[in-house]
Amino acid sequence: MIELKNVTKRYGDVLAADNVSFRVEVGQILGFLGRNGAGKSTTLSIASGYIPATEGQVLLDGHDILEEPRYVKRRIGYLPEQPPLYPDMTVDEYLRFACRIKEVDKRRVASHVGELCELTGLTDHRKRLIRHLSKGYCQRVGMAQALAGNPEVLLLDEPTVGLDPKQIIGIRELIKALGRDHAIVLSSHILTEVADVCERVAIIGQGRILAQDTLDNLAGGQDDARRVRLRAAGAEGEIAGVLNALPGLRALEPMGVKEPGTFDFILESARADDLRPAASNALAAAGHPVVMMRPMDMNLEDIFLRLTGEVDS
Amino acid sequence: MGAVYKRELQSYFYTPLGYVFMGVFLLLTGIFFLSGNLLQMSANLGVLFDSMSFLFMLIMPVLTMRLLSEEKRMRTDQLLLTSPLPVGAIVLGKYLAAITVLALTMLLTAPCVVILFIYGAPHAPLIASGYLGFFLLGASYVAVGILMSALTESQLTAAVATFGVNLMIQFLESVGPSLDVPLMPWLPSAIGWMSLYDRYYAFTAGVVSTADLIYFLSFIAVLLFLTARVIDRRRWRSA
Repeated sequence: MIELKNVTKRYGDVLAADNVSFRVEVGQILGFLGRNGAGKSTTLSIASGYIPATEGQVLLDGHDILEEPRYVKRRIGYLPEQPPLYPDMTVDEYLRFACRIKEVDKRRVASHVGELCELTGLTDHRKRLIRHLSKGYCQRVGMAQALAGNPEVLLLDEPTVGLDPKQIIGIRELIKALGRDHAIVLSSHILTEVADVCERVAIIGQGRILAQDTLDNLAGGQDDARRVRLRAAGAEGEIAGVLNALPGLRALEPMGVKEPGTFDFILESARADDLRPAASNALAAAGHPVVMMRPMDMNLEDIFLRLTGEVDS
Repeated sequence: MGAVYKRELQSYFYTPLGYVFMGVFLLLTGIFFLSGNLLQMSANLGVLFDSMSFLFMLIMPVLTMRLLSEEKRMRTDQLLLTSPLPVGAIVLGKYLAAITVLALTMLLTAPCVVILFIYGAPHAPLIASGYLGFFLLGASYVAVGILMSALTESQLTAAVATFGVNLMIQFLESVGPSLDVPLMPWLPSAIGWMSLYDRYYAFTAGVVSTADLIYFLSFIAVLLFLTARVIDRRRWRSA
């Protein structure tokens, strides 16, 4: 379990991380979502022990990273945004080196490197020089390096940047599989990635955590309104007349003509009321058939834009 | 520390750097040996060491410029500093690798000694103490170099800074004794006491004293300590 307690990082007057707190248990994947420059990398650097926090604590199972660096660092695997690779080494040599400095037992290094290569799909590239590898393979070597010594906590900073779609899927599957017996923090600015891999999300902007919850709660719990977008045949006034008569309607927002002969509206009701059957029946009876209707749940993207937008303004 | 040492030593020979250093060093040694010993029919290696000491200062930065600056530039310091290794072990591993290359290079000058023994009657202990002094002087340069490479991200800057500091050390020693600063009559003797070269010349003259040995070792230890502090300090300050 890794826990950040009120971590703050100051560079002069600039607050790169502002009172950041989170906690990830083994078996969980926390998605760390934010725009470029929001403070994701700084926070992960602090959590990995690469740079110390100005204030606050990083704890691994209750052990402070500054007080017991050796204990904590042995249990953390870190993949920085730019994988820390030595181009003049082969994959094999590099991973042996990573294992040695992660204090893997000398007799186990060879077999452990084999496991790491197996896990990250590097087995056929073990003898190649890192400088000759493509970006995707470099990322995998970085991933293997983070896994060296079987750390229980993994900090992955934008692990899929620069990969092709097939490689992205591969790395995501790997992270999901690792998530079962590791505590993982996955930073990303790609919403679909976080939605795909993580059950819990922390949204960060200007160094602060703006929201932190499960994906379902974030998507559902933003307000208690339920919105439905509806398109019906007919003129604006006539359709509005029918819809305004619906019991439970809180607001009706005209959206204009998107298709000739029809008009679009957004209906808002309380979360508990589902207006769709009633609206469909009423419009059909009035001779304005519904040609399209879909619920407008807030997705991660909306939440993200709303929260990070609030910070800007 | 062993892993860092091994990786660093390998990387000297994965890149041309180690070979260039050895090649240049041995070429210069060969030239001085030819002109100072063979052509002069002299069995005194001290002359060789003396002439080498200045050029040595020029080529030493090659050995150290990459050590820490390149880690920062390639961001591989993230791997080292997030590992359980203490900073001191990283610095020490790298330092030992550099002086190992130095020692290997000096070992390759052995044919000169063999030639002297075949064709002359050199004084063996004198040669041994000369080698020891030369190695200690080199090891001090390496310590200066590693500190400089911790201060910058550019190999070139590290090399130039190392050269500058080494030059300053030598310059201070040549002008130090003649300095006459008002109110500081102790200055020339203080500079003389700190001198690396005076102590080094004692070795080439065959005088091995514990005080000199301890001086060289403490000089190196202080610089390595500062190097580790510089790395730590940069982590507190920068991104």
